[in-house]
Amino acid sequence: MSVDENTVRRIAKLARIAVTEEELAPLSKDLSTILDWVEQLGEVDTDHVPPMTSVVEMEIKMRKDIVRHDNLQKQVTQNAPQSEDGFFTVPKVIE
Amino acid sequence: MSENKNLIEGATGFWEIVMGLEIHAQVASNAKLFSGAPTEFGAEQNSQVSLVDAALPGMLPVINEECVQQAVRTGLGLGAEIHLRSVFDRKNYFYPDLPQGYQISQFKDPIVGEGEIEIDLKDGSVKRVGIERLHLEQDAGKSVHDQHPSMSFVDLNRSGVALMEIVSKPDMRCAEEAQAYVKKIRSILRYLGTCDGNMEEGSLRADVNVSVRRPGEDLGTRCEIKNVNSIRFIGQAIEYEARRQIDVLEDGGSIDQETRLFDPRAGETRSMRSKEEAHDYRYFPDPDLLPLVIKQELVDKLRAELPELPDEKKARFVREYSLSPYDAGVLVSEKASCDFFEAVADGRDAKLAANWVTGEFFGALNKAGLQIESSPVSAKQLGDLINLISDDTISGRIAKEVFEIMFETGDDPAKIVEEKGLQQVTDLGAIEAAIDEIIAANPDKVAQAKEKPKMAGWFVGQVMKSTGGKANPKSVNELLAKKLGL
Repeated sequence: MSVDENTVRRIAKLARIAVTEEELAPLSKDLSTILDWVEQLGEVDTDHVPPMTSVVEMEIKMRKDIVRHDNLQKQVTQNAPQSEDGFFTVPKVIE
Repeated sequence: MSENKNLIEGATGFWEIVMGLEIHAQVASNAKLFSGAPTEFGAEQNSQVSLVDAALPGMLPVINEECVQQAVRTGLGLGAEIHLRSVFDRKNYFYPDLPQGYQISQFKDPIVGEGEIEIDLKDGSVKRVGIERLHLEQDAGKSVHDQHPSMSFVDLNRSGVALMEIVSKPDMRCAEEAQAYVKKIRSILRYLGTCDGNMEEGSLRADVNVSVRRPGEDLGTRCEIKNVNSIRFIGQAIEYEARRQIDVLEDGGSIDQETRLFDPRAGETRSMRSKEEAHDYRYFPDPDLLPLVIKQELVDKLRAELPELPDEKKARFVREYSLSPYDAGVLVSEKASCDFFEAVADGRDAKLAANWVTGEFFGALNKAGLQIESSPVSAKQLGDLINLISDDTISGRIAKEVFEIMFETGDDPAKIVEEKGLQQVTDLGAIEAAIDEIIAANPDKVAQAKEKPKMAGWFVGQVMKSTGGKANPKSVNELLAKKLGL
């Protein structure tokens, strides 16, 4: 499988990673190599093997519907680049 | 030919609207889907945000079992298949009110599969609408854009609250059907107690997928109208959007598949800033969560515990109380109305109770612009009033007067009847005296009545007048017939 430069540009944009034009070609080559390598796994017949979802045999743990909470307004906003009056503030986004 | 009545006429012929809806319903639960933070509406900004909800590094989601059960109950209420194994996926996108950078949702393997509900239309017909699926997912936070000229304010209280996304099949063909569908879903959710259905607070929101086509042709390109938050707006948005698409197509244009917003003030839909990549969500199974596995015994237990749902209630009201399907439908459509009616009907003549609730009571509420929750007359008071009619203390006519006073003052009916002296005159002697007096004063009418028995009605009116409407109508009729020799 080969990843062309346009695909690299698109994936980078979706992941919000800044990639310069010079980096596109080497990234495209590296990603293609990685994917080719992973693709080798496709040679194994897994038709009747369920996907492994955990390395140990266990079931999902559930929680009771009980509120366990303190008001963490200060703590959750204190590391934000910007906040005001208990809100996170970000450059205006309007859809 | 129920399909034909829904066609709408354009400049070049008829068109058909095709619609499917996605309803986001907030799961009624104390804590969020994957954290112990509370879900209450209206709290101070960012005061209900746990470290999980804020997506701080190292935090892991643990699923709330009640949210899972609520989804199963809802699936059962929609007559849908319950999947004992479902999978949570990450839906990746960037937006300031989504701190994780992905929403935990269910993509390939939802907890609930196909089902079907019946919707009631104004012409009395019933239509079946297919349910495609229901899945559990996290809600995002809330962005406020009007607090600052260059900044948006973000409140994460809603972030991580459990939502059920209920996806319909594209079975709806006109605005009325879409509205009836949302009403029915809301009603089912409220009966089940799995969502409070409050559209103003955003507990229930609908995305409407609208496309148009020539009758019989393939589906057209659809537009998705996001987050319409009232049943009235759903109707307006659909009417506008269908007309817009028809105009574009008739002018030789084509429809772009896009997301649109309904602006209630302008009454129109508008294209949201088109972000093509935004729809590339790169779903993959969330490695923080094992597949959600539930046992058949749990499903069976929840099914056994389900409350009576609106369709069943309606059928029972028709069967047990001999109500008309229409009256029964009106009563069950809202859970609050139905609870009220059942309290009024309990131990009383159900047909009489239904007439009072759907007639005088709903009429007065409508006129006053009140919801049933803020009614000045309680179910107990209305029940007491009906008792007074049933035991002949007052006539049905006087009861209407008493009801008006009850609605104004909130007083108990017995007190009003007592204070105003409205008890029915059942003393035959008093009624007889009134009749004799009228007969004596009107010999000509008596003669007429003997010719034309219909004239007796005039006498009934006179007796009622002279007794202030308090004479027992049955006694008046019987005595009159005897005295007039009819």
